[in-house]
Amino acid sequence: MKRYSKTHEWISLEGDVAVVGISDHAQDHLGDVVYVDLPEPGKKVKKGDVFCSIESVKAASDIFSPVSGEIIEVNGELDSAPETINSDAEGTGWIAKIKVSDPSEADALMDSEAYRKHCEEEG
Amino acid sequence: MSDSKRTPLYGEHLRLGGKMVDFAGWDMPLQFDSIIREHNLVRNHAGLFDVSHMGEIEVEGRDAIAFSDYLVTNSVSTLKNGGIVYSPMCNENGGVVDDVLVYRISNRKTLFVVNASNKDKDFNWIDSHVKGFEVSVRDVSDSYAQIAFQGPEVEEMLSDISQIRLNEIPFYHFAVGRVNGIKVLVSRTGYTGEDGFELYTEPEAAIPLWRKILEIGAERGVRPVGLGARDTLRFEACYMLYGNELNDETTPLEAGLKWTVKLDKEFIGRDRLLAQSENGIEYRLKGLEIEGKAIARHGYDVVDGDSKIGWITSGIFSPTLGKSLAIAYLKKDYWKSDSKVQILIRDKKVSAKVVKTPFYRGSVKSKA
Repeated sequence: MKRYSKTHEWISLEGDVAVVGISDHAQDHLGDVVYVDLPEPGKKVKKGDVFCSIESVKAASDIFSPVSGEIIEVNGELDSAPETINSDAEGTGWIAKIKVSDPSEADALMDSEAYRKHCEEEG
Repeated sequence: MSDSKRTPLYGEHLRLGGKMVDFAGWDMPLQFDSIIREHNLVRNHAGLFDVSHMGEIEVEGRDAIAFSDYLVTNSVSTLKNGGIVYSPMCNENGGVVDDVLVYRISNRKTLFVVNASNKDKDFNWIDSHVKGFEVSVRDVSDSYAQIAFQGPEVEEMLSDISQIRLNEIPFYHFAVGRVNGIKVLVSRTGYTGEDGFELYTEPEAAIPLWRKILEIGAERGVRPVGLGARDTLRFEACYMLYGNELNDETTPLEAGLKWTVKLDKEFIGRDRLLAQSENGIEYRLKGLEIEGKAIARHGYDVVDGDSKIGWITSGIFSPTLGKSLAIAYLKKDYWKSDSKVQILIRDKKVSAKVVKTPFYRGSVKSKA
């Protein structure tokens, strides 16, 4: 089950590995994505760290890690096809896999219903 | 947003799904669809822009031509009636107050079309220099809506509903008449690098004209286009954006606009520009091609090793050329094509090289 951060990232936890991306709402807000500055596998991140930047036509946006851990894999497909984030943000447009150090951090994230309300409140 | 001004087409934008943003105090559509799709539509076919936020200032009187000539660096006195000139309007230091289009309406009237962000500044500037000239200056911005129809297929489509012979309007010229029965001033001008027209109407006529153009263009895919693609299109053609490439400190010579500076006549700022043309300049605008896909955005530093050698004024990932490109002010040592520089993007040094501009030449009839 996907869980969402207030800063519009999602994670999907399988065991102690979290697949991380940005929400469909976020990609719609960013507009055409032209470049994803992917992190290096092996990099350690803390919850709330900037671990990736996404360039859209409009702006560069920092992407924050929703959990702490170590990046074990990145989605290299985004190098040649960054627009995948627009077409399938919460599927094939995933950004990285993080081996999480504290799975309980995921509990603090929102489920899809709570996230939907959060987006509505933001306007 | 509640204080923002709205063009006569505001309701149309909402109806067509425009994402609205504040731009220079106006509530304007950033995009209706994807910015890249809108960009490609204009490059390959035709797209419709609401540019009613642009300001219009009228200069009228016996000395209208002489006064206009004194205000801008380019020549108004050598224009024929019906001609248009692009020009910087400088302050005494040669800095750019604004870059404008001057329409020569008659021997005693010109129309300055100015950036929305500078309209009041321009009006005050122009009005404060009338001493010694028999002219009156009026801000007539509220009397005009402006629609830009841009792209290689525009002339063919618009001719079907135009009572003006569009093929007889050369680049940077205008005619007054009717399109679909609606009174307009039509000029073969634009900000996209493509052929096309800008249509000025009374505000009340904007909606019928806008709807008619979308209607006749529908089967060829004509859609409204927002400010996002307007910026990427003008960037590829290397047209200046005031506030990015130009400001009160930069001079036209530094901005690579030497072709607009006529030193053989009198105008405000001439002394400084004459001195620069004799003694040379230290920085000037150049085009950069960046390695990889990261975007060099406005304000980023350009460096060579540890020393700053310039700054980015605009940068995008070019939809037409598929490259990350930028415009930057660079120190003299780096003006040659293929000069190597680096740009600081999120604390990383990204390599780039100097390339010729414009980056792209579209269907526009001649250089602007």
